[in-house]
Amino acid sequence: MSIIYFLIGCSVLLALGFLSAFLWAQRSGQNDDLYTPSIRILLDDEHPDEDKK
Amino acid sequence: MTEAPTIAKTTCYHCGDECLTTSFSIDEKQFCCHGCKSVYEILADSGLCSYYNYNDHPGATRARIDKRFDYLSEPSILKELLDYTDDHISLITFYIPHIHCSSCLWLLEQLNRFNPAIHYSRVDFLKKQLVVRFDHQQLGLQQLVELLYDIGYEPLISLQDIIKKQNKADKGNLVQKIAVAGFCFGNVMLLSFPEYFGLSVYEHSFKQFFGYLNILFALPVVFFSGRGYFISAWTNLKSKILNIDFPLALGIAVLFARTVAEILTHTGAGFADTLCGLVFFLLVGKFVQQKTYHHISFERDYRSFFPVAVQVLTDEIEKPIPLAQLVTGHRMVIRHNEIIPADAILLKGKALIDFSFVTGEAVPVNKTLGEIIYAGGRQTGEAIELEVVKPVSQSYLTQLWNNEAFTRKQDNRMKTFNETVSKYFTIVLIIIAIGSLMAWLPFNFRRGIDAFTAVLIVACPCALALSTPFTMSAALSIFDRNLFYLKNTAVVEQLARIDTLVMDKTGTITTGNSKRIELSGELSDVQKQMVYSACSNSIHPLSRMICQFLGDMRKLPVNEYIEIPGKGINANIAGHQLHIGSGDLIFGYYIDTKQITRVHLMIDGYYLGYFGFAHEYRDGMEKISSLSPDYQLFLLSGDQNHERNELIHFFHDDSRMHFNQSPQQKLDMIQNLQQKGHKVMMLGDGLNDSGALKQSDLGVAVTDNVNNFSPGSDAILDGRSFDKLPAFLRFSKDTVNIIHLSFLISLTYNIIGLSYAVTGRLSPLIAAVLMPLSTVTIISFTTLATHFTAKRRKLI
Repeated sequence: MSIIYFLIGCSVLLALGFLSAFLWAQRSGQNDDLYTPSIRILLDDEHPDEDKK
Repeated sequence: MTEAPTIAKTTCYHCGDECLTTSFSIDEKQFCCHGCKSVYEILADSGLCSYYNYNDHPGATRARIDKRFDYLSEPSILKELLDYTDDHISLITFYIPHIHCSSCLWLLEQLNRFNPAIHYSRVDFLKKQLVVRFDHQQLGLQQLVELLYDIGYEPLISLQDIIKKQNKADKGNLVQKIAVAGFCFGNVMLLSFPEYFGLSVYEHSFKQFFGYLNILFALPVVFFSGRGYFISAWTNLKSKILNIDFPLALGIAVLFARTVAEILTHTGAGFADTLCGLVFFLLVGKFVQQKTYHHISFERDYRSFFPVAVQVLTDEIEKPIPLAQLVTGHRMVIRHNEIIPADAILLKGKALIDFSFVTGEAVPVNKTLGEIIYAGGRQTGEAIELEVVKPVSQSYLTQLWNNEAFTRKQDNRMKTFNETVSKYFTIVLIIIAIGSLMAWLPFNFRRGIDAFTAVLIVACPCALALSTPFTMSAALSIFDRNLFYLKNTAVVEQLARIDTLVMDKTGTITTGNSKRIELSGELSDVQKQMVYSACSNSIHPLSRMICQFLGDMRKLPVNEYIEIPGKGINANIAGHQLHIGSGDLIFGYYIDTKQITRVHLMIDGYYLGYFGFAHEYRDGMEKISSLSPDYQLFLLSGDQNHERNELIHFFHDDSRMHFNQSPQQKLDMIQNLQQKGHKVMMLGDGLNDSGALKQSDLGVAVTDNVNNFSPGSDAILDGRSFDKLPAFLRFSKDTVNIIHLSFLISLTYNIIGLSYAVTGRLSPLIAAVLMPLSTVTIISFTTLATHFTAKRRKLI
């Protein structure tokens, strides 16, 4: 059963990884604007030379 | 009204306004004015017409065409506005009120196709902000703003940019604390389960291991996530206030101490899971309470209304100078649509001042040479020259901000229910804790300590601390849905205690622009058609209203057309000479009727009558006047008393209507009412109400567009929801009742827990079950009850 020591160590390390990923995302401002990307994705990419109608 | 088939209205391709003329058209597209057409041309030149594909009529109406951005080349002003600058690159954040649809987003993020010197432009849609990074050696800030202006997105530039500031609040820090607490909570739960389900004898080595891990997880929860509670409790204790943070901090500390003690002495499993859960839920409650409206500012004063700089004449040379440097004796030039920033004497030009923002009066006022013009008016018509007689901060309007009401500390107006209760709660809690300690101590020392700590753990007012934020945030979103924006959650409780309503007249209970039009006199259809044709050429609000009043008509060709600013229109249509305008234009002298604004009409020398414009009251005034026995209603107007007879119908009592009030008098009047023990809510809209809004217990700014300027206040009410005000008042009372009820519920849980605790036999399992259970009950009760009452008040 001593495998549990190892497994718990792994799970905590994994969880710490996720936590630090979240904190990094939060600090680098990825969660600052949660609305605009939802509109931005609906806009088409276009190239300036193609859209001369 | 019957829906008769009418000629299809042509609407402007750019902004969607109705086209009154067909003279502005290009590429088979109709525009309402030159401005809209020129925006289209600019976009078409740059191949950016997809702008119009995403939404119909995405633009803003461009009836006003004037560019005055010279001041943006002043280094001292530049320094204030730029977020960052080095040798090449500048970074700036603009607030652009017009951002409203995906077309806006698309266009504003394509800025570098207009000018390659713009490296990057990014929109934050909810905040209505645009961040631009540009090469300032190739493109100055002035040109950048002019470009934005040309494509119809004029940024709102003011030195007191509060929206920017308030968005930098440390909500992010709270999110980090919640993340850490949540992470530890989850892990601790996992490690605590084996203990609850029972461990067999040979597994006892795990118990130690799990215990030490739990202590490790509890450390960041207490010292990082829960730190705020200790700090707050300590500062409050120093100023001799017992707020709810004190029992919370005490609970956290005791939980942690007992957990560490039990685990290290191998006497028990500790309460690590309860501790982490407690901090986690408390922080979530805090987060919910911190609702911010990104696009609304509640702290605006005259500085965000006034321009950043003003053109000053020195030795016949015009130079922009920042407003703060404007001193008595300066000679300033004010052009069409610019705001007069300081009290000044008119020296040159024809002044026609629109004081709509200061007094709410929509019709511009004529001023003669040598007359003092108070700050805050907007010049319409030609450029005028004025000499400053008082610096900006000392002028008639702005000196209001020197009043003590503005220096007073905020949020101290009323004690919230939570503050009142938590004081007694803490005292009772400590008495019970010490009581149980004393009761056990003579017989069993250990059990006494157990009972003492257990009481502090179980009675930790988690549910109490959560009931207010969750109820309030649910209430806030209900108000929000009904276009009533509150500054923070404490405002709901203030709203519930109001017993007196004071209202401004113009712009608050009357709608700002739309007025009731009456035509006195008989006009034949041909005459109507001629008037319509003449007025449709003008963009003056009164002309537009006449056009609206006359309805859709075929336009006759206008041969001769002269618009005299502030007076009216002279036109020649089909050989008939038309004069439409003020008494000044028609009769050569001005009749001061006061009752209503009149536009007189003369065709071929025959006087045919006038259009009368009377104010129209907002919908729901009837409902508000029916509040009367429960709430006292007062009227506080800066205007003349010519509508007294109509208004008495709403206010019942003549002594409750006050006219001709200066901004200072309004403030004093509120103070007077407060001294009589009333809780006063002030509804106003203009800068002249600012003092009263600030002084009152609850200041509500009424506006027709929340993105427009509104004076500093506790809440902003969209004019369309004005009729819901009685429902809002009742709903706020319901909300407070819900808080009281949820307080009772949390107290019941506390008593159940206490009955275990005083015996000194509180098992970690009971604590671990009781705490989340009470939290979940409170959260679901408050949310459901708030929605239910909102439905009953017909707010959802």
